[in-house]
This record gives sequence, structure tokens and C-alpha cells, in this order.
Amino acid sequence: MGFKKFLAKRAITMFGVLMATLLITIALVGTNMDAILKKSVLAEIQQQVTNDKPLMATFKTSEDLQAYIEKQYHQRILALGLDQPWYTPQRIGLAMYKILTLDFGHANFLTSDSGSSEVKDIMLEKMPRTILLFTTATAIISVIGIFLGAIAASKVGSIIDKMASGFAIISSSFPVWWVGVLLIFVFAFVYPVFPAIATPEVPPTDPGYLLSLLYHMTLPLITLVLLGFGSWAYIVRNFLVGVLQEDFVTAKRAAGIDEKKILYSHALKNAAPPIVTVLALSLSGSLGGSVITEAVFDWPGMGKLYYDAINVFDLPVIIGETYVLTAFFLVSIFIADVLYAYFDPRIRRE
Amino acid sequence: MSYSSKEIWEEFKHSKIGISGIVILVILFLLSIIAFVTIPLDNFKNWNDPSSWLAYPKSAAPSWVNYFQSEKIPEHLSLKPESFSQNLGSVYMHTDLFNVNYQYDGFPSDFIYQYSVEYTGSPLLQLSISRPDGKTLDLVSVALPFTNSSTAYHSMLFSTDGVIIKNLGLYKNLYNFSFDNLSSEKIIFSKFASDEILKGEYKFRAKLYSVSEKPTIMESKLILGGKVYGFMGTDELRRDLAVGLLWGTPLALFIGITVAVASVFLGLIYGTYAGYKGKLTDESMMRFSDIIYAMPTLPLLIILAVTIGKSIFLIVGFIVIFSWVGVAKVSRSMALQIKNLQYVEAARLMGQKERIIIFKHIFPQLLPYALASTAILVPAAITAEAGLSFLGLGDPSFPTWGQILHDASLSSAASRGMWWWILPPGIMIAVTGLAFVFVGHAMDVIVNPKLRR
Repeated sequence: MGFKKFLAKRAITMFGVLMATLLITIALVGTNMDAILKKSVLAEIQQQVTNDKPLMATFKTSEDLQAYIEKQYHQRILALGLDQPWYTPQRIGLAMYKILTLDFGHANFLTSDSGSSEVKDIMLEKMPRTILLFTTATAIISVIGIFLGAIAASKVGSIIDKMASGFAIISSSFPVWWVGVLLIFVFAFVYPVFPAIATPEVPPTDPGYLLSLLYHMTLPLITLVLLGFGSWAYIVRNFLVGVLQEDFVTAKRAAGIDEKKILYSHALKNAAPPIVTVLALSLSGSLGGSVITEAVFDWPGMGKLYYDAINVFDLPVIIGETYVLTAFFLVSIFIADVLYAYFDPRIRRE
Repeated sequence: MSYSSKEIWEEFKHSKIGISGIVILVILFLLSIIAFVTIPLDNFKNWNDPSSWLAYPKSAAPSWVNYFQSEKIPEHLSLKPESFSQNLGSVYMHTDLFNVNYQYDGFPSDFIYQYSVEYTGSPLLQLSISRPDGKTLDLVSVALPFTNSSTAYHSMLFSTDGVIIKNLGLYKNLYNFSFDNLSSEKIIFSKFASDEILKGEYKFRAKLYSVSEKPTIMESKLILGGKVYGFMGTDELRRDLAVGLLWGTPLALFIGITVAVASVFLGLIYGTYAGYKGKLTDESMMRFSDIIYAMPTLPLLIILAVTIGKSIFLIVGFIVIFSWVGVAKVSRSMALQIKNLQYVEAARLMGQKERIIIFKHIFPQLLPYALASTAILVPAAITAEAGLSFLGLGDPSFPTWGQILHDASLSSAASRGMWWWILPPGIMIAVTGLAFVFVGHAMDVIVNPKLRR
């Protein structure tokens, strides 16, 4: 199988996953969605009618008014296609088409900082912050992890190696959000060094906003790095230990090449493909967990938005968020797959 | 590739990590048994019922904090009486004496006298206190409501009752300072000379006088409010955290083990079948598992919990949906190898049924691997449930560790310095996870020869 064919196959699978996730989400929230939509249509009509003074004057009794509203409501429901349940093919098709074209509609309750209630606007506003937090964390984690992993791998069985492995296992047992709560407790209340809430107080239009945002980012960043680098170092160490036992390393050693040079330039280069792949995967994994992490720190990103949307049951936002989070997740898995296949041709032939 | 259970155990015994994991697990199981034995199921159903926690203090730290500081914080005390009774002519007198050696460096936050009596007529209840300096203060005397026939009566006297404060006003001239704005417990436990705590032996006396029949006292309890309580302290809603944490253990074990066993079982069957069948069946089954594998777990778990339900059994089911895939992938590739082994081929040539080949010839080979992955799946399941509960999407009727942390964050325990509410649940989650990781890691080293180095 050629590389192109492999790519196409993976892309199709990913698209299938995206559609399946979307379908499941719509199926799960469909009934509620209909009820909420109908209610909002009714409220809208009632408001229109009551605001329209000349029209109000034409009604003699309240029954007349009720009948008029009823009629308007049915017309609107028909026009919107809400008379059919959500599981009819047309309505699902329409909903999927809208979401695919990134038309998520209007949020029921939530608004963006600039006041727009369009789901797309809200998400576009939050997305850079999530990306900022999680890519920075992943970058720091990978640098620390690679160095620590390399040191541990060069001295297998040493105290450093054992401590790194032990730290990896222990740190991955603690839930990230719990450590977050703990760090907030220690560094925001016992020793007030960092703010407890990660949302900056200054408005986004202020020139000092970015600086304030970075300051507020410190605590969530420390939490993510603290819990991330251990297992990352462990992964790097295991890959490197494997590579260091290969014949070519022995040959290089025999040739008298400096041990440091073997480790950092030869072994690391050979261990790079799986490491890069795991990096892409861990980034996608942390994005999925962003809901809790951001909720704990009140970080104004996509995860916090999802948490807020769940709390007020804002369905358009929930659906839009699920779609975008899944898409993010899939893109990083796809990149990981492609990188791996690119570096390791055996995968493609399977 | 094949191991007998005895061989595995022989190897396992030499793994220090594995043994320490087993030790922690045994402790956790013992804790669960203690929870079942000491705390009746009814008690645990009352976890969310505020009325069953009235006798407990609000937001109290664990009582052992007093060992670490010179200034002793008053402990929340629930005192049991010594009873005396005597007949003074036609009057029957019953005395309940509550002794307390008060050596704390702070005033009690309040006191409550709880009693239930069965009586006829209208007995008189008197509450007084003898201080370490020998002075006795009469706090209150109430006549219980009149009744002709024998009735049970339950009531409480609070330190905040206006009568007590008014009666204490009579002792105004004993004190060298004005106590107009002080609450009654601060007056009672204070030195006469200055507004400071008077340490020593205090005796509360609750006397019941009755002219008619002898009353029976069914309950008599004096609660001296404090700021530290029990081994684990209490939360904002007065709940004893020791009870919640103890009950959290069997719940976490149940969630973790059920999810892990179910996912491994499902994954094994799915993977083995796909691998054994091969061809188009394999391809389509693997594509389906790819789809599940690539779904973002937490957002979907949240949607499922919000739309379908939050019951603990449903949540276990939801987590299973997302955790069987890894096992399925590995067992498929293992089944691919095993099915080409000669003995399997022989079984097939002998005309054995597919089902029997899979269950009798392939499954046993995968068992060690299955055990290892069960142990490794447990912590993930516990953390997933804790995370959901922390977001407020867990089963509210069960005090899981995540649920306790959720309550803590709702009451902003962190900003109020209530470390005893935040630390223990997280540590329990981590320790439980670690135990299974240790066992899984030790198993993995045995069944996965690549890791033997």
C-alpha cells in the first residue's frame, strides 16, 4: 500500500469518526433540543406580538390573542421543520450539514466577551487561549521530558533513573484537577503568589491584557507541567533504552565516539519518530481533559466554555464544542499517524 | 507465551513493587470491610440528609491537629451523662451529670442539651453548671408541657436561647468586665477577672423534678461545640468526612474493578473474534473499534451523563464504552499469532467448533495479559468517575471521593483553608490508583518479555 493510499484511508476513517461523534451527540441531545427550540420560538412570537401595539389593539378578547399566537407558532414550526421529530433523515441531514459548514447557530444563554451570542464567535474567542495554555504546557513538558528521559536512559538503574520512573508512576496517579485545586490552595491562599482565578480582571481590549493573561496562566501551566513531564520522561527513556541496545550504537561505542554524542545526536534521532508521535497524541489527550483543568482554574478557554454550557444546558454550544473538540482530537491523531507512517514504513504495509 | 498461574505467582513474589501494590490493595479491601461493618447502610443513605448530621460541628478540622500546635483548639465533644436519682419526700429527682475537663485554649462555639423523656404530669427541667472555681451558675429551668397520660417528649436546649442569656445576666456583678454582647458559652467558660478562658473541670447538671410518676429518660446528651472533630474532620454541611472517605473506598473499588473487568472481557472477546475470523470481519470490526478509539472520551462522557443519567451504574457503563478498545486491539494481534499455532490448527482440523477453539484454546493464552491490563485499567476508571463527579455529573447519592471534592470546591474549601476536605480524597484516589498500577506493572513485566531487562 502506497503512502498516499494509507493517508486517504486514515483520512476517511477520521472523517467517519467525526460524523459518528456528531451523530451520537445529536442523537443524545435531540429530544431536549426540540423542546428548547419550540419553547424559544413560542417566546419569540409572544414577545413580537406584545411589542406590536397596533396589532394588539385588534384583539378583543384574550382568546383571540391566544388563537393568533397559536396560529403564528404553528406556521413558524412548519417553516423551521420542527413539526417532524429530530430523527427524521431530513432534519439530521440538515443539522449535520449546518455543523459541517461551521454554522453552529446562536447560543441560548452564553455570550462571548464582545457580546455576540453566535456560537462560532464565542468559540473563536476562546480557542486561542486553550491553544496557548496547552501548547505551551506540551512544549515545556517535552523539553524537560526529553532531557530527563535521556539522562535516565544513559544511566539505567541509577538513582536518577529510579527516581524519574517512580515520579512518573506517582505523578500519573494523581488527577490533574486535584493537583490544581491543591496548588490553588497553596499558592493562591496560603502563600498568595498567584491569582486563584485564571480569568484576567482587565478587559480584553486593554493593552496589558496579554501580560495579565500570561500571569494568570502560571498556575495552570505549572500544574500541567508538573503532572506531565514525569510520564513523558518515562516514555522517552523507554524508547532510548531500546535504541541504545541496537548494534549500531555498540559499533559507534567501539569506534570511540563520545557517549554524550551517541545519546543526543544518534540515539535520540533514531528514537524521534515514536517520540514525536506520542507528543502529538499527548497534546490531543490533554485537550480532551481541558474541560476539568480549565474549570478548576477558571481559565477562559474552550474547556471552561464546555463546562459552562453543560451547567446551563446551552445545547448549540454543547454541540459546537463537541464537534470542534473532536475535530482537534482527530487532527492531532491524524498527524501522529502520518508522522509515524512517514518515519516507519512498516506500518503502511500492514 | 504460556504461563501457569503458579509460575506467575512465583515470579510475582520477587517483585517488590508488585508486593507493595498487593499490600495496599489488601488494606483498601480491609477498609471496605470496616466500612460495611461499622457504618450501617442506613447511615450511609443519610449522607445527603442534613438533619442526620445536626449533632456534628460545621467545618471542623481533624482533632489530631491539636497534637501539632501549642494552642489547643476546642474539640467538638458529645458528652454522655452519669445518672443519679433520689426521692425528696414526694418529689422524685433525677440528675444527669456531665463532666468535662476543659483544657482547650478557646471558647466552645456553643452547647446543646438534647433530651427525650417519657413522663406524665409536668416535670421541671433545670440546667446548671459548676465551674472549676467552684461557682455554680443556674442556666435555665423549664417546665415540660403538661400531659395526663404517659407521653414521650423530645426537645433541645440551645446556648443561644434568650432565657439562658437573661439568667446569666443575674451574675453580672461577679464579672469584672461587661459581658453584654458576649454569647452565653463565652460567659460561662470565662474567668471572672477578665474575658479569658478558664480551664479545668466543668460539671453540667441536668435535673429533672417530678411530683407524679417517675419519668424515664430515654436520651440525654450534651454537645459542646468545637472546631475540631474526629479523625478526618467535618465539612460545611456538618458531615463526618471519615464516614464519607471510608465509604468512598468500596465505591471506588467497585467502580474501578467493574469497569476494568467488563472492559477487558468485552475487549478480549471482540479482539479475539476479529483476529480469529480475519479478512472482512476483522477489517470491519477493527474500523469500528478505531471509531470508538478516536472519540474524545471526557466530552462524550459528560454529554452521556447529562442526557441519559447520573446513576453510578450508568456511569460505570459509560466508562466501559470507551475503555475496551485498547484491550481489543492487543488481543486481536495476539489472536492473529495464536491462531496460526499448530495446536489451534489441529483443533480446527479435528472439526472443533469455533466457539470452543476461541474459548478453550485461545482465551487461556491471553489470560495473563488480560489480568495485567485489568489492573492497569482500574486507576483510569476511578479517575474518570472522580473527574465526572468533580464536575458535578456524578451520582449525588453516593459519597465517592470525587463527589466529596466536588462539594469541597462548591463551598470553596480551598479559599477557606479547609485542607482536610481537599487533601484526603485526592490522596485516596491516588493511592488506590497506585496500588493497581504497581500490581499491573509487576504483572506486565512478567507477561511481557520485552520489558524484562
